[in-house]
Amino acid sequence: MEITVQHAQELRLTAEEFELIKQKLGRTPNFTELCIFSAMWSEHCSYKNSIKWLKTLPREGGRMLVAAGEENAGLMDMGGGYGVVFKIESHNHPSAIEPFQGAATGVGGIQRDIFTMGARPIASLNSLRFGNLKDKKTQRLMAGIVHGIGHYGNCFGVPTVAGEVYFEDCYHTNPLVNAMSVGIVDTKRTVSATAEGKGNPIFFVGSATGKDGIGGASFASANITEESTEELPAVQVGDPFQEKKLLEACLEVLKTDAVVGMQDMGAAGIICSTAEMSAKGGVGMHIDLEKVPTRQKNMKAWELLLSESQERMLLVAHKGQESKIIEVFEKWDLPCSEIGYVTDDGQLKFYMNGELEADVPAEELVLGGGAPQYEREYTRPAYLDKISAFDQQSIEDLADNNALKQGAEQLIQLPNIASKRWITVQYDSMVGTANTQTNAPSDAAVVLAKGTGKALAVTTDCNSRYVYADPFVGAEIAVAEAARNIVCSGGEPIGVTNCLNFGNPYDPEVYYQFVKAVQGMGEACRKFNTPVTGGNVSFYNQNPTGPVYPTPTIGMVGILDDINNKMSLDYKKAGDKIYLIGRPKNDIGSSEYLHKLHKVEFSNVPAFDLEEEYNLQQAVAALIKEKLVASAHDISEGGLMITLLEKGFNRNLGFDVSATTDIRQDAFWFGEAQSRVVVSVPAAAAEALEAALKVASVDFSLLGTVTDAAVTVDGHAWGDIREWKEKYDTAIEKMIAEN
Amino acid sequence: MKFGVVVFPGSNCDHDMLDALQNDLNKEVRALWHKDKSLDGFTTEDCIVLPGGFSFGDYLRCGAIARFSPMMQSVIEFAAKGGKVLGVCNGFQILCESHLLPGVLTMNAHRQFVCKNNYLKTPGGEPLLIPVAHGDGRFQADEKTLDELEANNQVLFYYCDEQGNVVESANPNGAVRNIAGIRNKEGNVFGMMPHPERAVSATLGNEDGKKVFELLGLL
Repeated sequence: MEITVQHAQELRLTAEEFELIKQKLGRTPNFTELCIFSAMWSEHCSYKNSIKWLKTLPREGGRMLVAAGEENAGLMDMGGGYGVVFKIESHNHPSAIEPFQGAATGVGGIQRDIFTMGARPIASLNSLRFGNLKDKKTQRLMAGIVHGIGHYGNCFGVPTVAGEVYFEDCYHTNPLVNAMSVGIVDTKRTVSATAEGKGNPIFFVGSATGKDGIGGASFASANITEESTEELPAVQVGDPFQEKKLLEACLEVLKTDAVVGMQDMGAAGIICSTAEMSAKGGVGMHIDLEKVPTRQKNMKAWELLLSESQERMLLVAHKGQESKIIEVFEKWDLPCSEIGYVTDDGQLKFYMNGELEADVPAEELVLGGGAPQYEREYTRPAYLDKISAFDQQSIEDLADNNALKQGAEQLIQLPNIASKRWITVQYDSMVGTANTQTNAPSDAAVVLAKGTGKALAVTTDCNSRYVYADPFVGAEIAVAEAARNIVCSGGEPIGVTNCLNFGNPYDPEVYYQFVKAVQGMGEACRKFNTPVTGGNVSFYNQNPTGPVYPTPTIGMVGILDDINNKMSLDYKKAGDKIYLIGRPKNDIGSSEYLHKLHKVEFSNVPAFDLEEEYNLQQAVAALIKEKLVASAHDISEGGLMITLLEKGFNRNLGFDVSATTDIRQDAFWFGEAQSRVVVSVPAAAAEALEAALKVASVDFSLLGTVTDAAVTVDGHAWGDIREWKEKYDTAIEKMIAEN
Repeated sequence: MKFGVVVFPGSNCDHDMLDALQNDLNKEVRALWHKDKSLDGFTTEDCIVLPGGFSFGDYLRCGAIARFSPMMQSVIEFAAKGGKVLGVCNGFQILCESHLLPGVLTMNAHRQFVCKNNYLKTPGGEPLLIPVAHGDGRFQADEKTLDELEANNQVLFYYCDEQGNVVESANPNGAVRNIAGIRNKEGNVFGMMPHPERAVSATLGNEDGKKVFELLGLL
């Protein structure tokens, strides 16, 4: 078959890219080679439409031990000879098609990125976005996705410790499923995703390869060959038991010193792992594809190369040490097959029963090598005019205390604010006996890093409506909120992984959102000294009516050198004083209150100033370190009122508070202006707290007092905290039951 | 009393159990690989623990494959000689599959995995707060077996509310009569769905699990 530009276009390569391939090869590629380029130069593997901007992010410095993008996940120094390995990744499109397996394999994939570096995963997080919860389809998607995440994570045995869930109409067709994992490694025992040493054997380990997931990286619906396409399941199928064994076997095999390098097989399976490992080590590979264990008969070369079957690893060993590798994988009853060897000419040569099926230069396939990089055009979206036109004077303030109370009752039951326990109880959050959240909730999850004497504070954050309102500032806020959550938990933020979920990058208005969000993120990450260690870009998140909100999810890791520095969010006892740290602002822009209760779609991003935020966080960090506060909880969705209520739920303690300014009532209580934290402190210690805050020169105000259970606002009795808790806990469950 | 913790390929609470016994309860403890058979060094004064997890993936009935592993043959013999055996969560499922304990553990009534703190009513009367985490924890047996279990004081724990009331709303999985854990007639084999090893650390803010080990005579 003579390969033409039509074939290339069917495989989602452009005419220009096809010419480039011919030029690099010095000939026309055969079908298998074309498939290889199609997969490797896909958006997913090559980052061709994003890399130029990603390079503007702070990608080194701080505690980073490897530069961004160098390895499968970020690696940062924890001190004491230990490192923390972490990454977030999207599995949006598979989850939209097949929620259970799509989400499950998303969890599986991110775990492999962690243990392929020699680290043991200790905590999982996830960031989920769905359409309207009242919609049947949303409920079905949510049930499937949550079940899938639980199915995989619970069996694999890593606790799900934190995350976020949002419901907005724009995610109706295209939900977002971002999974993050965090692991710990002895820095002397890390392993690199590199191939080195001519003649060194290459092993394929883990599950047998089938036809599942072929084209996950590029094909979607291209009619590749007529007889095979129809039976190709587009979504991979996960087996967490197999992955659990793979984890233990990989960590065990690394102790033998027989391993040169290792990489998991994710998108574009064998071709991606062989290409990236070879390019990194500046070598080539000879691979005999018939030696790959398969679970289906008569698989063709291109199918073997592109299959995205799960729970597989590529491992390069030192020659002569083969038996050590085989012994470990036999112990764990996992397939382990020597499929080739390292060569020194930089070429990837794939053979099938002795016949050369493909011969391509590894370097030309990969990001940073020959893969194309594009600069896309972008224009300021028209909708931003509507946002600038919003004037909050057009919204009438709450009439009286009764209206305020009703507003609070509505807000506490909104799906974006109410308890997500319907979801979270389906995840094993305690396995590993390291999650301190169970009995002492804090803004970021604080997890013991056993064996290191330290703890990690981890969080995912992004309010995408803020990013929609102002991509630059919205992304700054996402970083700031993540850092604030870690600071309020007693941690020191050290690094970021990001998952950039956007619409079609060929739409200049979408690309504008992407560019501005990356710039804002970079600005904030530089301020907080939290370099971006890596992550993932997911474009083409579209609904029939347009793109999803721009959603640059931030996964952030912080460190606690001593677990006793942990700060929890809840009121500790009646009589304690409640303080607002930060300045109240006359602003209701982009709040849940304005968007959900007043149905305003276009409004300004909440007030935010990076410098003010930084100073606030420095002050709060110092208060916690000096043990001057008994609790700390930041203000986010739903504003001050929701923060006050949430602080009461864990111990059934109420509060008696009054407004401290004469700005709009709704702005004071429900506004989402940033850079504010609510703390409580024993009455006897209030003076010391005030003195410290004055020295730090941050604004603060005394809001009131913690009570036994009664909630009182501006002198009006609002009932018992347990009534509010009941509403908060059961709102989502009721919405599901009603349908 | 020494402890042995059996490690199946899909065990995932094995480290937690080893850690709890060794570091929080100061016990001598050893990991036992499922492919081995030897219980050398263990006497009937000692205790073998089957930890939680998904022993062989549990795609079939939970624990159905683990029952046939070499180490389980030794554990069954050990129990027959009077040695103490504790199964937690998946371990409880394996004990039922091995017929060391009566009854079965089926999928939770609400058909979802559940992980949370849950109160347990104990023979001592004081409710203990112990985490549960399982998809198949609904204990079931025929009426005659249930009556016998209760008549012989073989029910160790019932799911209850904060005040110790054994009520349906405190039952996380639909287990009959709110049963959370049982022992055999001889009193040397114990099975429970809740995880006491997750509640033995002051750092994690809950030490009620220590009282569970104490009640079982394992401290």
